[in-house]
Parts: sequence; structure tokens; C-alpha cells
Amino acid sequence: MIRRYFFACISLVSILYFLFSCNTDLSVETMQYATNGQKLYVTHCQNCHGAKGEGLGKLYPPLTDVHFLQENRSQLACIVKNGMSGEIKVNNTLYNQQMPGVPQLSAVDIAYVLTYVTTYFGDSKTHFKKEEIEEFLKNCNTQR
Amino acid sequence: MKKYFGGALAALISSVILYSCSSSEKKLPIYGERNPIEREVDGKKVIDTVYHTIPNFSFLNQDSTALTQDFFNGKIYVANFFFTHCPSICPTMQRNLLKAYEKYKGNDKIAFLSHSIDFKYDQPSVLKDYANKLGVDNDQWQFVTGSKADIYGIAEKYMVYTKEDANVPGGYDHQGYLVIIDPEKRIRGAYDGTNEEQVNQFLKDLDVILAEYK
Repeated sequence: MIRRYFFACISLVSILYFLFSCNTDLSVETMQYATNGQKLYVTHCQNCHGAKGEGLGKLYPPLTDVHFLQENRSQLACIVKNGMSGEIKVNNTLYNQQMPGVPQLSAVDIAYVLTYVTTYFGDSKTHFKKEEIEEFLKNCNTQR
Repeated sequence: MKKYFGGALAALISSVILYSCSSSEKKLPIYGERNPIEREVDGKKVIDTVYHTIPNFSFLNQDSTALTQDFFNGKIYVANFFFTHCPSICPTMQRNLLKAYEKYKGNDKIAFLSHSIDFKYDQPSVLKDYANKLGVDNDQWQFVTGSKADIYGIAEKYMVYTKEDANVPGGYDHQGYLVIIDPEKRIRGAYDGTNEEQVNQFLKDLDVILAEYK
């Protein structure tokens, strides 16, 4: 009888472990960046891009295109800070609407928000570092 | 014991009757100023209540044709105020109104009316492009533009605050209300189109008012 309880407990614990272990492949630091980034996302990005990064119709692109996020990794900081215009292809759909930038965001803020977007809506397992963002921002093409 | 049982049963039945009456007659309130007007019918004094109503208007829609109250005759409609390159509350408000549009698409008892408060930039062609990209492909959702005086004037009639203000993002300040207007042009509800809870109530209340004007 005691043995049965013991096994029940063990299996319960292991089920819970598997349920909550989904996020354990992200480091604590990455999780912290993403949590800080979520607050900034809600303030500056969510109106257009949606709570789940789903975008809105053909007006505002979704942020869930993993390939776009990977291919344009070094451009993402510039897009957040300076905005963008012109035609882009996201999830195989063309979008052409001007996006205003958020110039008041600091390098570390941009690292937070991009970490949130790329880990929650994309499939990234790592966070953006402040130094990395500063380097990206030096190379922004302001003609965009 | 039997007496108690009978009493309980009677109480139960009467409460069921009371409850069912009140729930089947649930109606949305009527908003705005009201004035009693006395008149004589067959020598008897009768008091009528005159409610606040939306006056007639004429605006250019996304197809560059004039849109007036005639379009909404016999219909319930939802009005709001936005502009196409609004960076703040509009996308959330329009995303939520789109839910209602998609829910009632094809129902000729209900229509939607979005006024642009950017009278400089939002010409009909811009509104058409915006509507298409939002996913609006029939005339059930109208997007209109007009002179500053006309648009800002009618906003007051809907009790929605709008103002040109260089100090806010996008250049225009306004409230994100979704306003329900009944076929008698009276205001029957106003909901913050950026608040999830109020938007859910809005969707429920549309069913209530549609039942009233079946």
C-alpha cells in the first residue's frame, strides 16, 4: 500500500517536471531579459503587432516569422529604434506600411524587447546583449 | 413539513417567473440628455421623452461616394473615430472592432462606421487601401472622411473626444470608444475599444440589441 502511494507521488512529480520544464532550456538571464522586454513590448509594439505577435491583417506584419527574425537579426535593433518603410515579405505575405521607430529606447531596452520577441514569438534560445545591440546600432542604414 | 415544502415550491416558481421575465426583457440603456415634451392627444395631456440622437450627416466614404444616415436606415450601427497612421490606440481598437465585423458579416441588421479624424491625409483612396489591408471586403464597414468641422462636430454628438494636438503621437488626440447606435439614432452603449473586458461586453451587448430589433 505504501509502495503504491510512493509510485503515485513519483509519477506526479515527474509529470509536473515535464510540464514545467518546457522553459528550462532558456537561461535565467534570458528569461529576465524576456520578462523586461515584455513590458516594453506592451507599451511600444503590442498596439500594432498584437499580444501574440500576430500582426493585423495585411497592415502590420506578424513577428512570428522565424526565418525573417534569423536573416535580419543584425537589422532588428535598427528597425525598433528608427522604424522602417518600404515593401517587406513576412510569412510569405507582402507588407508595405510605414513603421514609426521608438528612438527613446536605450540599447539595453532594445536588447530586452528583441529577446522577448525572438524567444516568445520566434524560436531563439538566447538573449541579445547590450554590447551587441550597440554594435548593430552603429551600422544602421538611416536611409531606410 | 408539507407546508414548508409547498412554501418553498411557491417561492421557487415565483422566482423563476420573475427571473425569466427580467432576463428576456433585458435591454440596453439609452444614453444622453433627454427632454420631456408635453402634447395633447384627444384632449389628454401626454408626456413624450425626446432622446439625444445622431443628426444626419454626409461624408465621403472609401469608394469616394457620399455616405448619409440613409445607409443606416433600419440598422444598428457601431461608430468610432481613428486615423490610418495612428500609432497609439487605433490598431487595438480596430483589431477589436474587426472581431465584431467578422462575427456579424452578412447580417444586414448591423453595420460599422469608422470616421477618420485625420482630414488632411486620409483621403478616400487611403481609407480604401487601409480597409482592404485590414480585411474588410464588403460595404458593411464604412470608412469616412470629411471636413475638420464636420468630423469633430459629429464626434461630439457621439460623445467621443477628438482633438488635433501636435503634442501626442500621430498628431491627433482622441478616445477609443465603440459607440452603439440603434435604428432610432439613439446612443445605446459606449465601450473602450482598447479594453479587453469592455470589448467582450460590447460583443455580448450587440446580441442583446440585435434581439431587441429583430
